[in-house]
Amino acid sequence: MTNLALGERRPAILPAIEAAIRRRRFWFRFQYAAVWGVLIGFLLLVLWLTDNLDIPWIAEWGPFIVGGAWTTILVCVVSMVLATSLAVIGSIARLSRSAIASGVSGLYVSLVRGTPLLVQIYFMYLALPQVGIRLDALHAGILALGFNYGAYMTEIFRAGIQAVPRAQREAAESLGMPERTVMRRVVLPQAVRIVIPAIGNDFVAMIKDSALISAISVGELLWRANAVGNRNFRTLQALLIAAAIYWALTIIFSFFQERLERRMARGDR
Amino acid sequence: MTTSSTEPTPVPHHLGEILVEARGIEKYFGDHHVLRGVDLDVHRREAVMIIGRSGSGKTTLLRCLNFLEEPTVGYVEIDGLRVDAQPLKQRSRGHQEQIRQIRLRAAMLFQEFALFPHMTVLGNCIEAPLRVRGIPKDEATALAERFLAKVGLVDKRNEYPARLSGGQKQRAAIARALCMEPKLLLFDEPTSALDPELIGEVLNVMEELAHEGTTMIVVTHEMHFAREAADRVVFMDEGQLIEQGPPEQVLNDPNDERTRNFLRRFLEV
Repeated sequence: MTNLALGERRPAILPAIEAAIRRRRFWFRFQYAAVWGVLIGFLLLVLWLTDNLDIPWIAEWGPFIVGGAWTTILVCVVSMVLATSLAVIGSIARLSRSAIASGVSGLYVSLVRGTPLLVQIYFMYLALPQVGIRLDALHAGILALGFNYGAYMTEIFRAGIQAVPRAQREAAESLGMPERTVMRRVVLPQAVRIVIPAIGNDFVAMIKDSALISAISVGELLWRANAVGNRNFRTLQALLIAAAIYWALTIIFSFFQERLERRMARGDR
Repeated sequence: MTTSSTEPTPVPHHLGEILVEARGIEKYFGDHHVLRGVDLDVHRREAVMIIGRSGSGKTTLLRCLNFLEEPTVGYVEIDGLRVDAQPLKQRSRGHQEQIRQIRLRAAMLFQEFALFPHMTVLGNCIEAPLRVRGIPKDEATALAERFLAKVGLVDKRNEYPARLSGGQKQRAAIARALCMEPKLLLFDEPTSALDPELIGEVLNVMEELAHEGTTMIVVTHEMHFAREAADRVVFMDEGQLIEQGPPEQVLNDPNDERTRNFLRRFLEV
């Protein structure tokens, strides 16, 4: 570049090198897309040949299955809000000097991480009524997912808070900020930036894990696919549609997550 | 072992009454005896520079003065507020509040600047005035602009710290500290993390503050700066004040063998 500024002549081969690089890059991308197209096309062909691609059936029942995606999204968004709130409180409690707060949080994390999500879902829906707490399936599912992810995210937030440099805390303290203000205005905002990628990953994982609440008959994506698939002996197609939608949801969300991360990275450090 | 630290030194006429009185400061980190009984008086409008080898306890002494480290024994009195070392009651509410009050009087500047990366330069400056001193936003902004002008950064008021050079960051940190209108500034090697060509701009600001009569205690390796800006130079070794006096005396004609050795080795490098 500086050579250009000095008015030096560019060697004649430079444009050819650039063109070659562009060609190679384009060819790579073309092949990459072609591989996907061919493999997916082959799969569809096999389905069609084995008489498992019933277009009229898909046209009839597809929208019903897809409608379950809204429930899936609703469940995930609400559970995520719950999980994030639990994680903020849980991580602050875990790091607090109070043995009680730290103990409660530690037990919560250990218990939830040490038991299967499916057990927790059954617990909320099938076990709680025995102590008089009756939740409908949707609420039980949301609570179970929220509590489960809240525990994992508590650990993420704890690591995030600890990753904020000590000097940040000391600088805030030496400006006379009380402990609470230091946490709320200086430490947490920086911890959130640190944990955003991990939380994005968790959200994608939750979209997939939410399929488990079909076990308590929440009418989400997988439950709907199962219901209509079994009824019409079209299980394979129904499950493939559900899988395709999960896949699409994760791709769409990952796209937004990437943009958010890039935005948050601006003006940082 | 002779300690000349308590020897009365003649007080230059431009200095005021005693602002800081530290007595019998001892600090242990486990078994490591870092400060071995330090007495230090600082007068209003005085600029005290602390020199000494790394590991001599300079930084620990500075951090003990505003209780970023709780001294093991001793007390610090700043502007009439005396806080005793209470390592056993470090977490008690009353002691914490006293420490906060000490910090409002003595603001600390750090080697690594410790600007809040998620706030603009102006945001950094007004955060503590708004939330700690409770002054209205327009007043805080006016105050911040005044001090940003003093350090030559008004045009950077809306930049995030990531976009500033190291020298600009440290100057912004100085403005942030000044916005709390403390009684004195504590500088912990403020130029050690800077590229050589950026040191001058920070030292210029500090020298200007010193000449205007800002009380400051500076831990530094910049001998030239100490010579120019200090009212008093203090040499520390092995956790004790070995020698102190006007810069020309301590730096040119030190009384103590250890000071001579330190300066000789320092000038050789």
